[in-house]
Amino acid sequence: MEKQAFQKVYAKITNITKATVQLKAQGVGYDEIAMVHGRLGQVVKIIGENVTLQVFSGTEGIPTNAEVIFLGHPPRLKVSDQLAGRFFNAYGEPIDGGPEVEGEIRDIGSPSVNPVRRKQPSQLIATGIAGIDLNNSLVTGQKIPFFADPDQPYNQVMANVALRAEADKIILGGMGLSNDDYLYFKNVFDNAGALDRIISFVNTTENPPVERLLVPDMALTAAEYFAVDHNEKVLVLLTDMTLFADALSIVSNRMDQIPSKDSMPGSLYSDLARIYEKAVQFPAGGSITIIAVTTLSGGDITHAIPDNTGYITEGQLFLRRDTDIGKVIVDPFRSLSRLKQLVIGKQTREDHPQVMNAAVRLYADAANAKTKMENGFDLTDYDERTMKFAKEYSDKLLAIDVNVDTEEMLNITWELFQKYFTKAEVGIKQEFMDKYWKKEE
Amino acid sequence: MDKNKKTTGKVAGIIANLVIIDVDGPVAQNEICFIKHQETDLMAEVIKVLGNHAYVQVFESTRGLKIGTEAHFEGHMLEVTLGPGILSRNYDGLQNDLDKMEGIFLKRGDYTDPLDREKLWDFKPLAKAGDKVHAGDWLGEVDENTMPHKIMVPFKFEGAYTVKSVVPEGQYKVDDEIAVLTDSKGKDISVTMVQKWPVKVAIRAYKEKPRPFKPLETGVRVIDTLNPIAEGGTGFIPGPFGTGKTVLQHAISKQAEADVVVIAACGERANEVVEIFTEFPELDDPRTGRKLMERTTIIANTSNMPVAAREASVYTAMTIGEYYRSMGLRVLLMADSTSRWAQALREMSNRLEELPGQDAFPMDLSAIISNFYSRAGYVFLNNGATGSITFIGTVSPAGGNLKEPVTESTRKAARCFYGLSQARADSKRYPAIDPIDSYSKYLEYPEMQKYYEENVSENWLDGVITAKDILLRGKEAQEQINILGDDGVPIDFHERFWNSELIDFVILQQDAFDNIDCSTPMERQEYMLAKVLNVTKMKFDFKHFVDVQNFFKNIINVFKQMNYSEFQSDDFKKYEKELEKLLAEHVVEEVS
Ligand SMILES: Nc1ncnc2c1ncn2[C@@H]1O[C@H](COP(=O)(O)OP(=O)(O)OP(=O)(O)O)[C@@H](O)[C@H]1O
Ligand SMILES: [Mg+2]
Repeated sequence: MEKQAFQKVYAKITNITKATVQLKAQGVGYDEIAMVHGRLGQVVKIIGENVTLQVFSGTEGIPTNAEVIFLGHPPRLKVSDQLAGRFFNAYGEPIDGGPEVEGEIRDIGSPSVNPVRRKQPSQLIATGIAGIDLNNSLVTGQKIPFFADPDQPYNQVMANVALRAEADKIILGGMGLSNDDYLYFKNVFDNAGALDRIISFVNTTENPPVERLLVPDMALTAAEYFAVDHNEKVLVLLTDMTLFADALSIVSNRMDQIPSKDSMPGSLYSDLARIYEKAVQFPAGGSITIIAVTTLSGGDITHAIPDNTGYITEGQLFLRRDTDIGKVIVDPFRSLSRLKQLVIGKQTREDHPQVMNAAVRLYADAANAKTKMENGFDLTDYDERTMKFAKEYSDKLLAIDVNVDTEEMLNITWELFQKYFTKAEVGIKQEFMDKYWKKEE
Repeated sequence: MDKNKKTTGKVAGIIANLVIIDVDGPVAQNEICFIKHQETDLMAEVIKVLGNHAYVQVFESTRGLKIGTEAHFEGHMLEVTLGPGILSRNYDGLQNDLDKMEGIFLKRGDYTDPLDREKLWDFKPLAKAGDKVHAGDWLGEVDENTMPHKIMVPFKFEGAYTVKSVVPEGQYKVDDEIAVLTDSKGKDISVTMVQKWPVKVAIRAYKEKPRPFKPLETGVRVIDTLNPIAEGGTGFIPGPFGTGKTVLQHAISKQAEADVVVIAACGERANEVVEIFTEFPELDDPRTGRKLMERTTIIANTSNMPVAAREASVYTAMTIGEYYRSMGLRVLLMADSTSRWAQALREMSNRLEELPGQDAFPMDLSAIISNFYSRAGYVFLNNGATGSITFIGTVSPAGGNLKEPVTESTRKAARCFYGLSQARADSKRYPAIDPIDSYSKYLEYPEMQKYYEENVSENWLDGVITAKDILLRGKEAQEQINILGDDGVPIDFHERFWNSELIDFVILQQDAFDNIDCSTPMERQEYMLAKVLNVTKMKFDFKHFVDVQNFFKNIINVFKQMNYSEFQSDDFKKYEKELEKLLAEHVVEEVS
């Protein structure tokens, strides 16, 4: 970032905290960025002449006579088709050794889409994973996170979903990504021959945590460019939003704000919503779909981060290891796609909603039977049958290594119904029974 | 707040959307000002005054704002514009018409007119020269989407007036003079179809506000049958995320017997508002056959829109509701979610460095919530006509914990509690209203009880109480079965449990996405409750608990088919016959 004539330069810092510096300056705009001792900072408070800057990479080693240069604009990104296939850091600077991107300069964190200019999401995203397509169908313009324990293979599942989703562009926003995971994404995309569709903004564990705060806005500014200017279907992957929220709390605690639940800032809901609400379907055909990861600590979803996320996103996908089959499955109980009813039974076969619900209900009966068994009670014949059903259902449909189309998923479910149950036990609308139930009773 | 010269000021401090302004004259708490940032005016509201520093919350992003920027104070509080043409519009939290804004993205300082100034309305006079009138009295009416929209004496008019003239029947624009009133001092005042009112002040142009005394039909069985809401009543729906608050509110706003529905989407998802925009213009109002959108106004301040305007949005919605109530209409007001409004208050209170209450919410949260709920209600207008605002808010408790401040405060203010249970939602028992914990205080009102006796049936309430009792006893039986095992309890424990399951599956559970099941008229609810209760009174010849399970699963299946069929249709009757056959196989004694 080169110096320009209109930039104001100061060299007298009055206060320094871990995350911020304060100095006397005039004519500074709120949200404006500045270089502080060669590091990027952003204006977070102005009282009279006193300007407080948040320094993204931390203030270690900054002296009071450090040079502060105000740049006169908020953080921004140059957008053009040259973004495709490139890897950037949180500031939007190339980290792949390639040239600077030429293009139109856009401020990041742009305004919201007028709700009346949105279109209702309506296009099914097929992933081949039945735990998603059958029970929790995704739709373009949706925002949905994986809620996963840190040891679960969420990045792998996400990469699979991204590649199968038939998106025009896939934008990866990596926050606190381990170097291994970063290289994993790079490899998978490369091997799939998809690199030219991928754009990555990456903050790894080696970078300062506060820099992460810029990553979602960078990724979404690029996403809006492709979705609005080119009417493309854009899929944005944000991993791990828990680390993003942690960075928010670092900043707010260092700025002495009153923390609310779990030492998160009181504005956590709004801060997260601002990002997730960028998911949108435009009438002209472009869309932004956000698939995120929120890692849980000890599976606790009442923690402020997953809790606020759940209130914002359109459902959530839980991964769980099913010890009966030794595979990771998409948990049908706690997972939910809120937008599935817009497409199931409409863009998929008519019996989809009822089949889905019946299977989950029977799966729940199996869980109850299992509890009974563990408590040493006798099982009824029905209990035995539900448990057998559950195991097969889990293996053939819920496991994340499944890759079949939705029609096939429904057929498999009907087969399982007929193998283990009577019509009354399945309890589906008569018209579908007549059509899909082949077994004599 | 009459001032000759407008107060002005200069920006002296900026902390996100809290801005400190150095003022040169008088300012009032909650006064509106505009900060002139480059070419745009950013609207803001005074929330604290310290000496010559006015602290204002800006209803927009303050990105790029600089010290020294000029501000102009308007001399009034945040107001809405009231007049014909509000129905079927989509506003933001400050009543800007979203459809009139240009471009895909919201632009700062893009304030648009809530009304259509050019449209001609068919006006009919209702008052005549010489009439004595007060604020809120009807001078005439226009036809707004077939609804009689009353043109009233502006609510700001204090004291008595005499009508000097009213224009004859004809077509007029909203800004045309439709009447001239003379005040007690003999001064003539011109009245148009448009008036303004500050949103944080309740409109009190009515004679009396009695206790609610009759139910408001919602078509949702678990509400109407078990815990009815009264017309003019208040209720709230707390529940963890994903348990069905929004789906339930949308269902109620589609089906309830209301003349006008105002939906405040307060800090929630934009796609949910889009769902209303998309569906309501297509769906029919079951009572009038008109499109649902024609009776609906949406106030959308979604979670990504400015936080300060989120707080304003619920007040904007309430004031519009009060306006239509004053016309003698039944208004249904929905706010989703009031927790987001409380969070907006919290964000600002923290920026102001006020002493925080529990969970960092402002100390007076409870008072603010109660004050808001108290604006709902059934009223007798000055001319004897009646109107009502029935208000239902959702609450999004942090961590699903009902002991948090917003839920606790709302519990004190609202009369119906529709608690959504995570366990019910997980097992897809929708709507997930917990049948045991939920309540309607209105069931205890003698006036409501009398209404049921006279308008539904003598023993309706007995049936309701019986059903609740069965649900409770079923739950107890289930706990015993879980502890002692299926074999470890007598067979009638199983019967007790399955009787409650029967009520659960047939009455409580309702498929919001099925065209028939989604809405059940009261007549059908009566019929089904009687039918179900009748089964619970029968004695059967079960030998083994497995018989109980199988039998009940079978009859529940048939009952559900009935729920999915048009009431009293051939299909419905076919299933009813099938049901009788199943019952006959096991029944040993019928009690009726
Ligand atoms: N009555 C119902 N019938 C069928 N499905 C339902 C019903 N109610 C809720 N659901 C399911 O639950 C999902 C979540 O419901 P909803 O959006 O109303 O939750 P919410 O309580 O408003 O959540 P949040 O607090 O996150 O806004 C829906 O998308 C739908 O799949
Ligand atoms: Mg909701």
